[in-house]
Amino acid sequence: MSSKPKLALYWASSCGGCEIAVLGLHEKILDVAAHFDIVFWPCVMDAKVADVEALDNGEIDVCLFNGAIRNDDNAHMAHLLRQKSKVLVAFGSCAFGGGIPGLANLTSRDQIFDWVYYQSPSTDNPQSVWPKPHVKVDEGTLTLPTFWNTVKTLAQVVPVDYFVPGCPPEVSTIEAAVNAIVSGTLPPPGSVIGPDTTVCDECPREKNMKKIKRFYRPQEVIPDPNACLLDQGLFCAGIATRAGCGARCPQVGMGCRGCYGPIDRDLDHGAKILTAIASAVDANTPEEVEAILDTLPDPAGTFYRYHLPHSLLRRKELSAANGSNGQAKPERAEMVAASGGRP
Amino acid sequence: MTRITIDPITRLEGHGKIEIFLNDQGDVENCYFQVPELRGFEVFCVGRPAEEMPRLTSRICGVCPEAHMMASAKALDALYGVEPPPAGKKLRELLYSAFYVTDHTTHFYALGGPDFVVGPDSPAAERNILGVIAKVGLEIGGQVIAARKRNHHVIEMIGGRAIHPVAALPGGMSHPITEEQRREILDIARQNVEFAQFTIDLFHNVVLANSAYVEMITSPAYTLRTYYMGLVDEHNKVNFYDGLVRVVDPDGVEFARYMPVEYTDHVAEHVEPWTYLKFPYLKKLGWHGFVEGKGSGIYCCTPLSRLNAADGMATPLAQAEYERMYETLGGKPVHFTLATHWARIIELLYAAERMVELAEDPEVASPDVRTLPTKKPTEGVGIVEAPRGTLTHHYVTDENGILLEANLIVGTTNNYAPIQMNIKRAAESLIHGGQVSDGILNRIEMAFRAYDPCLSCATHSLPGQMPLEIVIRDSSGQVVQRLSQNID
Repeated sequence: MSSKPKLALYWASSCGGCEIAVLGLHEKILDVAAHFDIVFWPCVMDAKVADVEALDNGEIDVCLFNGAIRNDDNAHMAHLLRQKSKVLVAFGSCAFGGGIPGLANLTSRDQIFDWVYYQSPSTDNPQSVWPKPHVKVDEGTLTLPTFWNTVKTLAQVVPVDYFVPGCPPEVSTIEAAVNAIVSGTLPPPGSVIGPDTTVCDECPREKNMKKIKRFYRPQEVIPDPNACLLDQGLFCAGIATRAGCGARCPQVGMGCRGCYGPIDRDLDHGAKILTAIASAVDANTPEEVEAILDTLPDPAGTFYRYHLPHSLLRRKELSAANGSNGQAKPERAEMVAASGGRP
Repeated sequence: MTRITIDPITRLEGHGKIEIFLNDQGDVENCYFQVPELRGFEVFCVGRPAEEMPRLTSRICGVCPEAHMMASAKALDALYGVEPPPAGKKLRELLYSAFYVTDHTTHFYALGGPDFVVGPDSPAAERNILGVIAKVGLEIGGQVIAARKRNHHVIEMIGGRAIHPVAALPGGMSHPITEEQRREILDIARQNVEFAQFTIDLFHNVVLANSAYVEMITSPAYTLRTYYMGLVDEHNKVNFYDGLVRVVDPDGVEFARYMPVEYTDHVAEHVEPWTYLKFPYLKKLGWHGFVEGKGSGIYCCTPLSRLNAADGMATPLAQAEYERMYETLGGKPVHFTLATHWARIIELLYAAERMVELAEDPEVASPDVRTLPTKKPTEGVGIVEAPRGTLTHHYVTDENGILLEANLIVGTTNNYAPIQMNIKRAAESLIHGGQVSDGILNRIEMAFRAYDPCLSCATHSLPGQMPLEIVIRDSSGQVVQRLSQNID
């Protein structure tokens, strides 16, 4: 029996990018294998769910769980791995904040099915069928996991001990997390593993805190390669987003979109980005602030790009998403309208 | 009726399931390959600014984000009616070639190749990258890791990030590379060509020199006659980044050659209630169920399909190997699904050679990498060849470039019907009179794996082993037999 700590990695509703990111350790992946007894990693190695079920509760020392929770299967695995793991880590933006697939909380299952299976220009569905959890075919019944209306974060389904941010987490972020585990220097439970500073702090672009008169879309201008993008009127969430990525996107002329999530003191990433951005506009009255912010399209989908399910908003009211009127609370309705979401 | 469930979800939870039903004689009655996942990108991207689409849709797939970024960038060029400057276009293709090298390398050495290099009859536990290392030598493992690493470095230099790169915008790229970086990339590209040649030699020495393997590749169990699709340049040579979509019939005769904007005239998608994924088919032929041949609209889009649909390769070493493959396998088109592995490393060689061509061109380091759009956006379609099939992005926006509609037909989706048919054919050849051969697990897996299917990138199993479990139940639900590989 190995005396090394037991490690598990799992993917729920995800793109596979977090798995590739771990493999992105390249030759250092062998160090991970040297320090841990990897007991479960469906993407890469042999083990089955029954093997996990056979473990004692808490027998897995650390589980890195990536992907959001958006169907029954995802939820089942979240509960199982919580039970079997001493330390459960929400790994990557989807498990932490819902991620980009979490933007589906601006829509509903019916809306998604209606487009995908009926309306899209290449779809041919004369029988008007759509996928169902139980389907009778000539030979028997086939089953599919139930697709939820709402995308949830891992912590909304089970208690989570630590959060590793990033879409996907950069190699340095993964190394920092692994080193903290190996050396027993993990921060207090509930912590985000990463520096409590912002992307601005690690961005080499020169920041002069200019007040801006309007926002530009990225395709409208070719920015100065050395000056702060926000100073040049290009939306950049780096001002209110946790550091740790090395400011890679701003360095190639693309504004940050917030994949590392908020810093410790900020509960709601989107609200913090909005406040930070509002403070950068050159306006004297609320009306002027609003007029300048109007030059920035899709606030909901922009400020909450990676953290909508994790936010105080969590989702668009279902009735609003489905197109009926009058149910949405005013502040949510406004956010939805501002998002340009289809009725 | 006996029911067999092949359930990769014993390991790849929720990411794919095969149900096989036997009739009263114990022969295969029907097969269902179910995809239990959907995320709804086409719908939740509505309302977002179009220029965000490369970064949004790359999250469809963490294994091939570059493909979505490129299809999306080209859709944005079309949407805004803007042509990237030469350097912008070349940078995109350079990044994309580096991506192809790393993706095809991973598949050959870790996913598909072990079946041949180690041998289809060797123990399952050895049919993985470690088995390849044991057979070919330790340094090959280091070479595979090094190839992935150096090409991810190229992707990061040009795209900003190694996974989910960000630098594509309508009209080009967000930043140039330096002359120093160009020289570094050229050096990497030359190493890639050597590595691809080594890989092809390996395939010849281990696979083609073994008559048992060649017999298996050309056996009826792995033969499927369909239409073939792929992107071609103006000389009908294979191209990954740009060109027209060409379709040939099962006899190899050109059936269609269309521009991206015409895709809805040529491709439609059929819906079944037992899976979340749709089945594309050729619209002019119609949907006739899971049948092969000239009368059926089912087509295939794989490395082999692309070679079948083209007249050749645009680079000399890849062209020589292309000719060798068709001479060896009896001319065009080739319908042997397992020959896809050979086609894939021919594409690997082409990608490496193309990378050298692009990196040798000093213009690729020009600072002029983006054209600012001046027209109002309306509608745009972008198509690239993803490693796993033709990838189509189609956007409709308002005059501010806010998305009103999005339609996506992703790589593997094109091959959904052929994969399902190949699985059935392999099952039919191995299940008779209710007797299930022990070899069925690997044989079905090999049919499946030749496509390198990427169902939300979820069915990737990196050591080369699709974990499979077959549970055979009688009509009362009692387990009568349980077969598994790579699980216990």
